[in-house]
Amino acid sequence: MKMSRTPVYLIALVLVIIACSLAVLRHARLDIPFFPGQQRSLWLVEARVDFHAEGGEVTVSLDIPDSPPGFRVIMEQAASPGYGFSIIESNGDRRGEWTIRSASGPQTLYYKAQVVAVERSGEDSADPPPPPAGVFWDEPQATAADHLLARALATSSTPESLARELIKLLTAADPGQNAALLLSTHSLVEALDMLLRQAGVPTRLSRGLVLEDARRRQQLVPLIEVYSRERWVLFDPATGSQELPRNLLLWYQGGRGLLDVEGGSRSGVSFSMIEQTVPALELARAQMSPTGFAFFDIQHLPIEEQSMFKMLLLLPVAALVVVFMRILVGLRTSGTFMPILIALAFIQTSLLPGLVSFVAIVALGLLIRAYLSRLNLLLVARIAVLVVVVVFIICFFSVLGYRIGLNTGMTITFFPMIIIAWTIERMSILWEEEGYREVLIQGGGSLIVAVFAYALMKWPLINHLSFNFPELNLIPLALILLVGQYGGYRLTELWRFRAFEDHAP
Amino acid sequence: MKWISPARLQNLGIQGMNRRNLDFIGRYNERRLYPLVDDKLKTKILANQYAVPVAQLHFVVRHQHEVRHIEGRLEGLQGFAVKPAKGSGGKGILIVSERSGDTFVKPSGNCLGLDDLRRHLSNILAGLYSLSGVPDVAIVEDLIELDDCFQGYSHEGIPDLRVIVFRGYPVMAMLRLATHASDGKANLHQGAVGVGLDIATGRCLNAVQFHRPVQVHPDTGQKLKDIHVPDWPSILVLAARCYEMTGLGYMGTDIVIDRSRGPLLLELNARPGLAIQIANNQGILPRLEHIESLAGLRPEPEARVRYAMETFSG
Repeated sequence: MKMSRTPVYLIALVLVIIACSLAVLRHARLDIPFFPGQQRSLWLVEARVDFHAEGGEVTVSLDIPDSPPGFRVIMEQAASPGYGFSIIESNGDRRGEWTIRSASGPQTLYYKAQVVAVERSGEDSADPPPPPAGVFWDEPQATAADHLLARALATSSTPESLARELIKLLTAADPGQNAALLLSTHSLVEALDMLLRQAGVPTRLSRGLVLEDARRRQQLVPLIEVYSRERWVLFDPATGSQELPRNLLLWYQGGRGLLDVEGGSRSGVSFSMIEQTVPALELARAQMSPTGFAFFDIQHLPIEEQSMFKMLLLLPVAALVVVFMRILVGLRTSGTFMPILIALAFIQTSLLPGLVSFVAIVALGLLIRAYLSRLNLLLVARIAVLVVVVVFIICFFSVLGYRIGLNTGMTITFFPMIIIAWTIERMSILWEEEGYREVLIQGGGSLIVAVFAYALMKWPLINHLSFNFPELNLIPLALILLVGQYGGYRLTELWRFRAFEDHAP
Repeated sequence: MKWISPARLQNLGIQGMNRRNLDFIGRYNERRLYPLVDDKLKTKILANQYAVPVAQLHFVVRHQHEVRHIEGRLEGLQGFAVKPAKGSGGKGILIVSERSGDTFVKPSGNCLGLDDLRRHLSNILAGLYSLSGVPDVAIVEDLIELDDCFQGYSHEGIPDLRVIVFRGYPVMAMLRLATHASDGKANLHQGAVGVGLDIATGRCLNAVQFHRPVQVHPDTGQKLKDIHVPDWPSILVLAARCYEMTGLGYMGTDIVIDRSRGPLLLELNARPGLAIQIANNQGILPRLEHIESLAGLRPEPEARVRYAMETFSG
């Protein structure tokens, strides 16, 4: 008449799967780190716009990063006294615009952005751009361009490979006459751009910023994007490489110019940057918005509730410890979940002072309780007296501790006090009924379980996971379910039944 | 200082706590039946209905105000036992063997005044000894008198018999002898002597104290090997009848033998302990599994006892 245990295994498995997948999903979406104290590096990039104002209205428009591949913009701000600033978005192109009614003389405007490196996702496909406008070369150059293009076309098949071939020709160590002719009047990117457009390939001129810690007065690196097979492919014209280095932040992707200044002259933009390290958790929290995946996150509750949840979410682990110690080890404790409450009390007082004061207070309480039992009181009154006495004992210990300079540990608050009073009452009954041995066994068992539970609850990893991934608490639940149907021997029974070792086989 | 391997325990058929809870108590004992055995008063009333002999009930103290006027109700009682109805493991049991006026004498020779008795009663009512601290009632019942057959085997207490009854079949039995170390109590972990009994004959198989084999009673020096419980089949029948009475599939029945009235049911336990295996020096699982494998259960307690005596001999 064995009952099937499959349902329990199944439920446990489902719980574990749900817990893990939810955690992984949330980790991926919200960037919550799996380990406490993880650091992420973050770039603080500053663009500095300098120009000479001519005394009238000034409008400065600077292209700012959109959603550069491989990076995420966490924070952006502008610092420029006296100027109005806003970010204007049109056709997915974002520009920062500074405005002022009148300004004269040298002006400096700052735009700051915090960006963090993220996994580079596959590039999105883009709508086909309009076919490129025609290209006009000067006469001798037109022939050279035709020649170059013919050579590159002969050895290529797609716009992508065409671009590669052209870059090879233009940047060869010993450029041919045709290439040298084109490069004498045009920059490399310009020449490349014109050649590709002549071949009917849509292109886009972009600029990127090479991120290096503590660099100042940097300029953007010119890059070219080629439309090929329904997406934009980025090329570094200097090297012909299609693979962008990880530290290249794409600042500007085709569009209007990088910088427009109306009402000013001699304008220029330069960049400086520093690398910062911040806790990954803070970074994740800063990026979270209370919608979608993060909707049910505890982090959005008021701090007071949060700290309560922090405590509450540790209980499953503590419950697991109790279940483990009682069912698998066979430790006897006073009350089933008293050890958890004692462990919680330790968390409030910290372990060693908590342990010492707990034992001292319970011992003293037992002495007083022994006297109380001679007074012949009703049970309820006796427990009430005990609570009051415990208050006095705790006050006494606190004052004593303070006088001899041990004030840190004696922060026993309301909550542990009731636990202590109740423990004393239980222990004293146990003492009368079963003798001091049982008090030591159960009291010791409770303390051992409490210390283990405390150690687990205090473990930074558990602390971090239970709070930031509440769904992971389903794993202790699954384990409790599994241990709950363990029919084998307890560790202590291997000792208890040791006499059978001499049993005839 | 040797531990035993789980495989070896398994081989010997030793029942562990988890196995007991999961496969026997959890499976054969319906939760709603527990109050019948957890409350001695209910057990007593039930036993009277089923004509199962129990110690005679004198009166029940239910309210605190009754405690003040207790002396009137104790009039004429020379010896008696005070028990909490919901106590367990012998907790809160007060035995008065003699009395002279308002002085009550315990079997140990200690004397109690009327006030001590009142305090004990009021503790019981407050729930000090009950399973989960709930308010309780106190039962005052007849004292059991030591039967001659146990002369010299008992120290400051009446020996009691524990029979494990599984699906109505008695499967294992032991005799518990109080010792000085156990303070007159019959709890093995407190130092009482456990004597494993042959189901077929009621004779001593093995005896242990504190998990160690003993040959003689530590206080009286009587040889334990000579123990032979008289009227053995009727004791087993008494135990087996408790199955019909309660419907519990797995239980421990505690039985005492009174000098004048013979075997009496003392109390029932829905969570019998594991120590009986140590007293018998064998595991209980093979017997339980044998009963589990039986297709048809015999409806007559006598038939079940006969079957058990034939099957579980030695």
